[in-house]
Amino acid sequence: MPDAGQGAAHATLSGVVRRYPGNPPVHALGPLDLALRRGEFFSVVGPSGCGKSTLLDVLAGLSAPTEGSASFEGAPLRGQVPDGIGVVFQEDASFPWLTVADNVAFGLRRAGADAAEIARRVAYALDFMGLKDFAHAYPAQLSGGMRQRVCIARTLVLRPRLILLDEPFGALDQQTRLLMGDELLRLWRETDATVLLITHALDEAAMLSDRVGVMSARPGRFIDTVETGWPRERDSRIVSEAAFGAITARLWSCLRGESLKALGREAP
Amino acid sequence: MTRLHRADTLLVILGVLLVWQGVFAYAGSTAITAPLATFAYAWGLLAGNFIWPHVGATMLAFAMALAISAVLGVALGVVLGLRRFAGDVAEPLIAAFYTIPKVTLYPVMLLIFGLGLSAKVAFGVIHGTVPVLLFTLTAVKTLPSVYLRTARTMRMPPRDVARHIVLPALVPEIVSGLRVGFALTLLGVIIGEMFASQRGLGFLIINGINSNNVPMTTSVTLIVVVFAVAANGALLALDRQLHHGGRLRT
Amino acid sequence: MTRAHAVAATRIGLLLAGFLALEALCRAGIIGKLVMIPPTAMVAEMTALLASGEITGDIVRTFTTIAIAFAGAVALGFVAGAALHAAPRLRRAVDPLLAAYYAVPGFIFYPLLVALFGLNVLPLIAIGLLFAAPAMVIATLLGLDRVPPVLRKCARVHRLGRAETVLHVVLPAAMPALFNGIRLAFAYAFIGVIAGEFILSGGGLGYAIGYAYESFEATRMYGLLLFVLMMAVVLNGALYVWETRLLRRRTRA
Repeated sequence: MPDAGQGAAHATLSGVVRRYPGNPPVHALGPLDLALRRGEFFSVVGPSGCGKSTLLDVLAGLSAPTEGSASFEGAPLRGQVPDGIGVVFQEDASFPWLTVADNVAFGLRRAGADAAEIARRVAYALDFMGLKDFAHAYPAQLSGGMRQRVCIARTLVLRPRLILLDEPFGALDQQTRLLMGDELLRLWRETDATVLLITHALDEAAMLSDRVGVMSARPGRFIDTVETGWPRERDSRIVSEAAFGAITARLWSCLRGESLKALGREAP
Repeated sequence: MTRLHRADTLLVILGVLLVWQGVFAYAGSTAITAPLATFAYAWGLLAGNFIWPHVGATMLAFAMALAISAVLGVALGVVLGLRRFAGDVAEPLIAAFYTIPKVTLYPVMLLIFGLGLSAKVAFGVIHGTVPVLLFTLTAVKTLPSVYLRTARTMRMPPRDVARHIVLPALVPEIVSGLRVGFALTLLGVIIGEMFASQRGLGFLIINGINSNNVPMTTSVTLIVVVFAVAANGALLALDRQLHHGGRLRT
Repeated sequence: MTRAHAVAATRIGLLLAGFLALEALCRAGIIGKLVMIPPTAMVAEMTALLASGEITGDIVRTFTTIAIAFAGAVALGFVAGAALHAAPRLRRAVDPLLAAYYAVPGFIFYPLLVALFGLNVLPLIAIGLLFAAPAMVIATLLGLDRVPPVLRKCARVHRLGRAETVLHVVLPAAMPALFNGIRLAFAYAFIGVIAGEFILSGGGLGYAIGYAYESFEATRMYGLLLFVLMMAVVLNGALYVWETRLLRRRTRA
């Protein structure tokens, strides 16, 4: 069970259960506990349908848990997204009616920041995500990877202290994903934010994270937490290190039985 | 549909009847007959012998127009869908034809076909063909090419490809087109009868107006509406069955 | 020459060929004078009618009626669609009626509307409105249904209020469907008003066509008919171009 360890927890889930009403009701998640350390990079892996996205929704304040409680920076979450949390979704969430620059400026404008401040921060975010040359393009003119960058830039520009990412690279090809992973690491280091990444790719989790939480088949609970021990300065080249293979192998040995269960088979 | 939804729909129908009763109360018997009186009159019409020749005339014209619309629409849709260049040339023209007030073409139809059945059928056809054509055209154009490539890996002869791949893939869209085409064909035929025919339900409506026979006009209108709504419901159920495996999506 | 040019050129060529063929058939007497007049004669008659100013009153009357019906249909249809979307239970109940709406030959209610409002412009506005508004209702429902859930989630992550969410996320996302509804509403309002005038009215272009037909003025009828159909094609086409322009940047090139 992942715990806070030393230092105060940045965000917590305690005894969280999520059921969806129905006949019979669907028990999607939990009970589970989670304590994210301030500034860590935490990944969640698990078989498909185990409730990973539900976990993210609860932690973001997008949906309230059926049982248990969630908190962010000491304050309980009550089905509302608090200030300081940014979310990047798996689906393309760029606004097709706005240019890239206007997409990135969206949150700042709604929050009523002044024009000069918006221009400065948007320019920085565009530059950081390599979107400078596409500021006046519309999302429809960009590739899937570029559009996901727009969404990340739109989140980043608000300087969130906790960034939640729900399989943001799920729709991208493997090479692009590795490179986007590097950018994510760079972003994480520069912003000092706490990052929670949900992914189905074990190598991605092993490469990016300080800790990886492994979830069981539905209803999802944490069955293991793996500390990677990577230095803060790291990038996709660590895939060639022996430890990387060992971590990935450990994740898979945890998950194999659960994945088979999710497919409706018994582990031999 | 659950029982609760059905009850809600019944409530809405009740609301429509109430509005009808309200209109009657406001406009009086020179404009419209009250719901109950209309149902009674319509029942009397259907029980007697007077209306059936008119129903027969309308149904004959309608059936012919619908058959022509369906065959013409599907055939042209498939051809224009497969021949991309011809399709691109024709599609805006067809879409433009869909948006013009075709009722004004009625004199032209009469001048070409003369009074009687053929004019009614022609009027139904110009209304009904376009939606069938457009739905079929879109369906052929968006037929996933992987279907055809799969067929080639199985070395199916063209006839089998048409029968076992293309046609089943098109059926749901053709049914959608037929549903819209059905309604517009009926509209065309009824309007046709209103102007230049001595028989048919459209004639009874316009004749009722001209001779101030309000119960007749209202009752025949009701009969046409009930027929149209019932047929539409059946086609809609088939449509949903084919598109969503029978699950209702609202 | 690009493919798009070739398509456009072929289309124009086709129309021109049809025009010439019709002209030849009429001039040669294969299509009788009583059935159809040559297209050039239609154009000449239309020009003469427009230049003489004798149909100006009808034009103003008809297009004012269409404009009122159209604007009313868009506004009412949008409000009703949004309201139905917000009330799922009512929507489920109304859904079968909405699905059957265009299956009912609406013009058969026109005489009733005349009886209700009298023989003036009101029943025409009503029939245009009744014909056009449901298209807007259906388009609004479709547009609101198709707002991707992830965009609504985004609005919540940005902590937008209800009004802000609608203004900055829901409406822009639903815009393509709404435009489509606006375009359909115009086509239906146009058809409804002209047909209403044609069936039972004392004025307007639709009435003028019917009147010319009944008084055996084929030339005048074809001149008027050409004008009405041209206006329908031009105005619907203009709306289509406007819609494509506005939405172009949102679709992949």
